[in-house]
Amino acid sequence: MSASTPTASAAPGRRFSGTSKRVLPGFGLSLGISLFFVSLVLLLPLTGLVMETSQMTWDQFWFTITDPRVVASYKVTLLTALAASLFNGLFGLLLAWVLVRYDFPGKRLVDAVVDLPFALPTAVAGITLATLFAQNGWYGQLLAGIGVEVAFTPLGIVVAMAFTSIPFVVRTVQPVLEELSPADEEAAVSLGASDGRVFRKVIFPSLWPALVTGVALSFTRSLGEFGAIIFIAGNSPYVSEVTSLMIFVRLQEYDYAAASAIASLVLLVSLVLLFAINLWQGRYLRRLEGR
Amino acid sequence: MSITVENISKNFSGFQALDDVNLSFPEGQLTALLGPSGSGKTTLLRIIAGLESSDAGRILFGDEDVSHQHVRDRNVGFVFQHYALFKHMTVKENIAFGLESLPRRQRPPKQEIRQRVEKLLEMIQLPDLANRYPTQLSGGQKQRVALARALATKPRILLLDEPFGALDAKVRKDLRRWLRALHDEFHFTSIFVTHDQEEALELSDQVVVMSQGQVEQVNEPAALYARPESRFVFDFLGHVNVLEGSLKNQKLTQGDAWVSLPSVQGDREAQLYMRPHEVQLARSPSAHARLPLRIESVSLIGSEVRIELQPEGWHSNELWEVGMSHNEFARQAPARGDLWYAVPDIGHLFTDAGSQPRTVDWHYPTTATAHP
Repeated sequence: MSASTPTASAAPGRRFSGTSKRVLPGFGLSLGISLFFVSLVLLLPLTGLVMETSQMTWDQFWFTITDPRVVASYKVTLLTALAASLFNGLFGLLLAWVLVRYDFPGKRLVDAVVDLPFALPTAVAGITLATLFAQNGWYGQLLAGIGVEVAFTPLGIVVAMAFTSIPFVVRTVQPVLEELSPADEEAAVSLGASDGRVFRKVIFPSLWPALVTGVALSFTRSLGEFGAIIFIAGNSPYVSEVTSLMIFVRLQEYDYAAASAIASLVLLVSLVLLFAINLWQGRYLRRLEGR
Repeated sequence: MSITVENISKNFSGFQALDDVNLSFPEGQLTALLGPSGSGKTTLLRIIAGLESSDAGRILFGDEDVSHQHVRDRNVGFVFQHYALFKHMTVKENIAFGLESLPRRQRPPKQEIRQRVEKLLEMIQLPDLANRYPTQLSGGQKQRVALARALATKPRILLLDEPFGALDAKVRKDLRRWLRALHDEFHFTSIFVTHDQEEALELSDQVVVMSQGQVEQVNEPAALYARPESRFVFDFLGHVNVLEGSLKNQKLTQGDAWVSLPSVQGDREAQLYMRPHEVQLARSPSAHARLPLRIESVSLIGSEVRIELQPEGWHSNELWEVGMSHNEFARQAPARGDLWYAVPDIGHLFTDAGSQPRTVDWHYPTTATAHP
């Protein structure tokens, strides 16, 4: 932005109009349409949410969001989402690495399969996972042998969350990995660095803003995941109930205000997280790009 | 540390990048690998560094066979065309990287690393930029930092892959001079790759001209320019004027043009190559040559006036080019469209494809001999 400052100060008020010097016309029109749709699709429902919540008094609001069963669900959701996104951070990085760095038969297929969790209805994913991990399912039987129970436990929630949000990590890391110049690694190796050191000092620093973003997206997605989880979680109160289920339960009780109160909290946490990540990443990237 | 390249071949899925290359690079000299793109010069440099493996042959550093050594153990400094600086590290950290990568037993203490980095920063004349990030530097500064980084571990040899290729003309000249001065001071054995003849001739002690995976000629710059051994080297090193014709009775003829070649026997097809400075322009033909040419353009910029001419009554694939001093130009006043005659002083005669040329000197016809 610093580069555009002189022009901005030279012609105050012109900075956002875009009418005088732009080659492509239609700045006003395109921005207008975009903002209109953002409002229609995002802001309006959010306003509805806040309005619904605002019917409550602060006491009621506080009472609703600190209900012990709901608080237990926060804990479950946060911990499982954290575990799932960390797992995705590792596994997603590995997957992106393999897809970018190696050539193998079926690479294109694997690349396409990565997006499957996005394409699949989450309920289908949930039912499939529940079937696989149930005590008599394919994976469930194997895991039961070593005493690990996945279905109908918090571990099941982690599996469902990890499944539905892994593309976030792969798809954010992959392009950055593709753009890394092989010369940087060659330079590091020619200076005598070991493979481990090359990864730690040269590759990872370029990669990790993208990785953090991917993990954060995966985390926020997991916070709100519903369809895939409820089939595998078992949903026993205080143990394996997630927050999105609590919202659903309140809705079933026709307690719209309480549902929106909890929902607004989830929304707030997600927004704060995304905003913080963006700020941090902006600062980090500015340094790399010398702006 | 001298470098020897023995029978090196490299094939990239069907493309023969290097074909049985043998070279030796003397200790303490700056050698240029010169050639057009695709000639294999960069591949050869990367094989010497160990960044690429060869299909056959050996690389020796001094007497030691390093063919199977990993890059990391060869202890070479490598400078990349696009700098390859670590962009999340400051200049200081970049330069220290090699030292800090040393195994713990060999790694100097922190204090010493800092001192060495400071010394290198002084050497590259950028002591104030220690804490900058690479994106905050200009191209020339980046390449200096890359050089300091490569020299930090005191490598046995220094390899540079088109080190000035990404820089603009002025910076390139400055940096070239600076590198030459640096080399004269420290005398490390170094090899640099370039496709710029001027750069190769100006900077190096020895030039290796490569084409299609093979070595065409190895020589000192002056000798290389004065006595090219093949058509390729002739064409590649600066402009050349060519008369292609049939040789009969010691006379090379094509259309209205002819040149007498007093000491050459035999009747056959032949080409006479002449550098712009080996030819003069006259208003009338001389006793030993008649080469009518019409002036196509006159370029006044530079220490010499450069005149391009179109053959009149005969044919040449490229325009002829002749240099003339500004004094001479003022006196003679050649203008576009004028008919002039080229008078060669020295020519290089090629008869069979691939054979070495025979140099003809019309001022001293008796000494005309084939070289070397």
